[in-house]
Amino acid sequence: MTTDRTHEVRTGPPGPHDEAARLLAAAGTPPAAELDRLHALLAARAEAEGLLDVAYRTLDGPVGPLLLAATPVGLVRVAFAVQDHEAVLADLAARVSPRVLAAPRRLDPVARQLDEYFAGERRTFDVPVDLRLATGFRRTVVEHLREIGYGRTASYAQVAAAAGSPRAVRAVGTACARNPVPLVVPCHRVVRSDGSPGQYAGGPAAKAALLALEGAAPDGVGGAA
Amino acid sequence: MPGPFEDAVRTHGATVLRVCRAVVGPHDAQDAWAETFLAAMRAWPRLEPGTNVEAWLVTIARRKAVDAWRAARRRAVPVGDLPDAPAADARRDLDLWAALGTLPERQRHAVTLHHLGGVPYAEVAAELGGTPEAARRAAADGIARLRRTAPLWWADEDGDGRSDAPRGDGRATTRGGGGPR
Repeated sequence: MTTDRTHEVRTGPPGPHDEAARLLAAAGTPPAAELDRLHALLAARAEAEGLLDVAYRTLDGPVGPLLLAATPVGLVRVAFAVQDHEAVLADLAARVSPRVLAAPRRLDPVARQLDEYFAGERRTFDVPVDLRLATGFRRTVVEHLREIGYGRTASYAQVAAAAGSPRAVRAVGTACARNPVPLVVPCHRVVRSDGSPGQYAGGPAAKAALLALEGAAPDGVGGAA
Repeated sequence: MPGPFEDAVRTHGATVLRVCRAVVGPHDAQDAWAETFLAAMRAWPRLEPGTNVEAWLVTIARRKAVDAWRAARRRAVPVGDLPDAPAADARRDLDLWAALGTLPERQRHAVTLHHLGGVPYAEVAAELGGTPEAARRAAADGIARLRRTAPLWWADEDGDGRSDAPRGDGRATTRGGGGPR
């Protein structure tokens, strides 16, 4: 028994005494529903006390589950499943703040608007956006992407020209691929000069689906940045 | 820089709740749990690399739970009574609270504060009156009484749904015979 106890103390909840580990070990796991309720209480209090640096939730939709994350400033990240949500959260912890908590409330407006968008009932997004993850030229490109209207497309070259660097076509491609808030900032509307959709952070199929949803001609360049 | 705080809540939330419940009971445990994670979240960005997060959280939880215990004791009339242990709830985490509730008051407080709350005997004595040695004896008597009066609880081993709290699996050998529970 003594060896068992020693093993417990070493691996279980740490405490100065065998009996503490034993007493706690004897207490069962609380029901998941209660932990969920406590988690919601924590999120509300963290928000009230200004500790909630990054709130996030996921949203299911026609292009797969989306991760939505917001700072107190606004929407800071939208990520597709293929981008690995765990990795994206780790990146947010490193680049924004490790005070990252699942807290859906802050994301309610954008989640509702995305639902409407996927249902074909919304053409523009009206939520505050925090573009701190896009800096320098990428930031300039992202700002210009917001000017491409629903159902229209622009070529990478056109966006490069609009951003004031007509020769930076490749850099525009990188900026689109690394757009921190896809969908809400519509990088999916930037296509190749030959009209083919080109690459997309959410995968080519998601890009084609979004262009089809918006009724944008998949094989022709329309509109302009 | 530590990772997302959410991971700490998901991984250790149940353990922290067990600590809080064991010390203050189910009623006040929720507030102690929230206070624990709020304090942890505040300090999280400055957490030293390599910190044992569970040990760190358990330390905070004990402190918050003992704070709540003291507040409850100040509120309580007559002096020193904890909120009643719920008798009819079959959930195992409440069993611990119920088992502690069978102890005489001094023993219960001494076990709670020292063994669960991590409070040194000198401070336990300051709370309960008497000498540190008397507090140590009360705690030891309490543990001995728990072993006697709740052997099934004491030796219980069900092994399900507890993957968040790794521990030795040899406790089945301590399973006792009959008992009041």
